[in-house]
Amino acid sequence: MGKTTFASALARFSASTGKKTLIVEMDDKGALAHALNTSELQFAAREVAPNLFAMSMNTEDSLREYIRLFVRNPLVNTFGPLAKILDFVANAAPGVKEILAVGKLCWEVREHNYDIVIVDAEATGHIVAQVDAPSILSNLVQVGVIREQTKWMQEILHDKATTGVVIVATPEEMPVLETMQLLDTLQNTTNVGVSAVVANRVHDDVVQGGDVAVFNSLWQAVQSNNMVNDVSEALRAPMRLLNVATQRRRNEVENLEQLVARSRQGGVMFMSVIDIDTRDIDVVTAMTQVLKDELQ
Amino acid sequence: MSALRSVLENGRLVVVTGSGGVGKTTMSAALGAFTASQYNRRVLVLTVDPARRLADALGLESFGNAVVEIEASALTQNGVPAAGRLFAAMIDTKASWDELIERCAPNADVRDKVLSNKLYRNLTERFVHSHDYIAMERLFEAQQSPDYDLVIVDTPPSRNALDVLDAPRRMKEFFASRLLKLLTTQAQSRLFSLAAKPFFLVADRILGARFLTDITEFFTLFRTMEDGFVKRANEVEAVLKQNDTSFMVVTTLESAPLHEAEFLIDALRERGYSLNTVIANRVTPLALVSQAQIALSKLETSIQDPAFVQAVVKATEGVEPSAEQISRVVSSIARKSAEAVRKGGAEQVTLDALHKRSADSQAELCICTISGAEIARASALVALGESVHPA
Repeated sequence: MGKTTFASALARFSASTGKKTLIVEMDDKGALAHALNTSELQFAAREVAPNLFAMSMNTEDSLREYIRLFVRNPLVNTFGPLAKILDFVANAAPGVKEILAVGKLCWEVREHNYDIVIVDAEATGHIVAQVDAPSILSNLVQVGVIREQTKWMQEILHDKATTGVVIVATPEEMPVLETMQLLDTLQNTTNVGVSAVVANRVHDDVVQGGDVAVFNSLWQAVQSNNMVNDVSEALRAPMRLLNVATQRRRNEVENLEQLVARSRQGGVMFMSVIDIDTRDIDVVTAMTQVLKDELQ
Repeated sequence: MSALRSVLENGRLVVVTGSGGVGKTTMSAALGAFTASQYNRRVLVLTVDPARRLADALGLESFGNAVVEIEASALTQNGVPAAGRLFAAMIDTKASWDELIERCAPNADVRDKVLSNKLYRNLTERFVHSHDYIAMERLFEAQQSPDYDLVIVDTPPSRNALDVLDAPRRMKEFFASRLLKLLTTQAQSRLFSLAAKPFFLVADRILGARFLTDITEFFTLFRTMEDGFVKRANEVEAVLKQNDTSFMVVTTLESAPLHEAEFLIDALRERGYSLNTVIANRVTPLALVSQAQIALSKLETSIQDPAFVQAVVKATEGVEPSAEQISRVVSSIARKSAEAVRKGGAEQVTLDALHKRSADSQAELCICTISGAEIARASALVALGESVHPA
């Protein structure tokens, strides 16, 4: 979908406006480091460009930090590898792994360590479980440290001026469908706000406005051999090739219309980013420019 | 005959993997529809998240956990009736889990307790791996069923496409874990276990005592089903390695899905699964790219030629375009198709590399070219499946 690219562009844009920015990769796949053109990211944030800090989420490190900060249990070091226990608890108790990740993000926000925290989240299917983890857990857990923790996390996550989800989708059928489902789920079952829906890799029209009729009649003439041979030969293959793009564009427009309508209805900002076809790092640069033009 | 066709004609189970958004679901349905139309086989397509249009194309009101048969007439191709039959079902994680519990629970009491447990409901609905496990479970059930000759499974989008295949092993490991035993060997003995003490102290403090009790209760119930789950996990693993099971990797030629595909190709082979086919989806037709490339040089020299412009004016007489419009449209065609040709050329390089990579893993690379056309009817799915050809 171009989620990592978009998050990187947003972070670079934000850093360029002088905001101290933290960008976090949640799925540990290394794509963010690639997009930011930097070496492997760690749990400890590193300044990769002026004002731009980057880190990679790791729930085990997060748990260590959490225990150090909140539980202050001297026994922590006596029960061996934390990873094993964490794995077990995370498997057994829904939301624990999620809350360790979300908790770390909320912590950075609460402590005002940065002006803005941008999260390159995991795939669509996981996001609800993550942003809603504090609420889910507070329903399941009656007392204890976590219960108290979920309170301030929810305050941060549920404040629409502080936290917002940005959904990035390509204008194809499945991603658009997923996006609309995600909008429904977020708006109906959670208190987390959606800031924007971004349609990425939107293709340009081959021709626009009144030129469409000219293009179409030319296409008809070429198809029906209604032209001087030389001319139709020069036009036929290029137009056939473009026709693939035109048909795809027609589907895109239909999908985009649905997406725009659904976004508006939910009061969500919608923007589209035109197809940028270059190497990964250049895409980030190009997209950062698009964001500057759009948002400033 | 292509390896893909041979699998569709003779295979028993096809597992379709690939990164999200590459058209896996549509591809699974297309190959299923083609097989049912071409061969005298009963084909079941198990999908995770079918698009509305796909359900429409299959003539289905709605997709559900239950298997439905696609109207035979919908598969008729150029007046030729389908040789086989097509079935489809969508895996509903929650409903599938409930069925599984009903089957594995040793008695009605355990069943009811599990089904009404708060943790269970959260686990099945929110827990990511529960989708993976249940997909494997449904796959096995379908593969064992005498009602189908071929089962095509579209795998759920995961953090990692292999999570799905690892789900049975994970389930076994879960039941075997020391900590599960510790947690479920009720309070009486665990208080005496010195080793466990720090764990419970910290866990109690972090999670809250009540929560830990809830977890304990749930997993004590869950453990009574251990035998059923472990047996099933072993069976699923065996089925995945059977001779008549084959894997397929679907990808587009964009860098991220391609990266995932390359990872999958290696990982599947490492784990000893039989990777039969790699499908490059939404490929620009090569022949068209080279034709356009040849035509383009002609077009670029003709643009200034008055005779050419006149021919265009004549061809578009009906819409009476202005001179600027004509020049704008023609130069747009030249510019945009040159761009498409360049992209097509780059795709070819990528495709060659993928071809080599597939051949190195003894897999056949197949191509499905982009049509841009909408899949509105089952016959369009059949045609799409038929169009998949070896590179």
